[in-house]
Amino acid sequence: MIKIQIKIKTYTESGAMKRFKHTVLLFLFLVLLWALLTPHNMQEIWAGVAVSALVALFTLRMDPVLGDLKLTPKSFLYLLIYIFVFIKELVISNLDVARRVVDPKLPIKPGIVKVKTKLNSRIGRTILANSITLTPGTLTVDIKDEYLYIHWIEIKHDDLEGATKDIVQKFEKYLEVIFG
Amino acid sequence: MELAGAIITLIGSIFLFLGALGLLRMPDIFNRMQAGTKATTLGSILFLTGSAMAHAECTCTGKIVILILFIIFTNPLSSHALARAAHFIGIPLAKKTVKDDLAEDEKKEEGGQL
Amino acid sequence: MVNIIYQIAGAIALAAILLAFIRMIKGPTAADRVVALDAMTIISISLIIFLAATLQRVIYIDIALVYGLISFVGIVAIARYLERGI
Repeated sequence: MIKIQIKIKTYTESGAMKRFKHTVLLFLFLVLLWALLTPHNMQEIWAGVAVSALVALFTLRMDPVLGDLKLTPKSFLYLLIYIFVFIKELVISNLDVARRVVDPKLPIKPGIVKVKTKLNSRIGRTILANSITLTPGTLTVDIKDEYLYIHWIEIKHDDLEGATKDIVQKFEKYLEVIFG
Repeated sequence: MELAGAIITLIGSIFLFLGALGLLRMPDIFNRMQAGTKATTLGSILFLTGSAMAHAECTCTGKIVILILFIIFTNPLSSHALARAAHFIGIPLAKKTVKDDLAEDEKKEEGGQL
Repeated sequence: MVNIIYQIAGAIALAAILLAFIRMIKGPTAADRVVALDAMTIISISLIIFLAATLQRVIYIDIALVYGLISFVGIVAIARYLERGI
């Protein structure tokens, strides 16, 4: 009985921690957005800070989505690497699409495959799905729990493991550190 | 600087054109979405960057950065929503399609419920 | 020289809008049309920024931002509608 109580208590504590992190991160993000939007004028910036604080407080009741972000030096490093990997994949995917479109024979062999992800947080899965959509020849169609259904323009592997290795893992190893 | 901006804009416009061409040539909706989403994303990023580089003196660089981030985040999201809807209402896939795991799984779930 | 390159880039982007528009007219299903509309929106946002840069009108950038926001919400709403009605 005591054990159960302790478990519940630690759970709510971590939930409050998550909520706090989410609110602070949202506030900083909104202030940054406002600073980018307005020309430099101190009065406007202070008004933006006040409104950002209000909005961040109003979202206290909603899901703490950003609370899953990890704030260690390692995760910042991985975030930087991830951005570079993402840009590289975006350029490759565009050249790939351009090659397929220009080719008069239209070399495609499309199909929808199923892959499995190890990420637990919802924001991590969202960013994984977005990244998959922007990488060579793949488009996320649906997500059901830990399985992603992906439209692949040229199928190379038929099975779940091969497709997972080919599509998901190049992003997952970075996102796992950043979001968990 | 201006010349570099102009060349980047030109490359971006070529990607936009190829994306629209893919939209026209591909056989079914999912392949069209592949061309339409990817090529227009990189094309518009390059186009906006080129335009911003050509006029570095204006105070609007922050807004263009926001617009680029916004396009990177929302373009795949909207295409994902559309792809899900298209599969859900059963738009047929192209004849070249090899396999469809999602339809198989949906069939299995329906069988399990019955 | 620079101006000519800019004009060519704008013309190619306009041609891209035209191609997407053909798909929007031809598209066999409603979803195809929406995909074409999405591509057209992105291209026209790029063109608005292009106009803002060449005509030196900073205010056009705000229009592009708002257009992007509204089109995203609209596309998601249409996808929802296609999926299960309003």
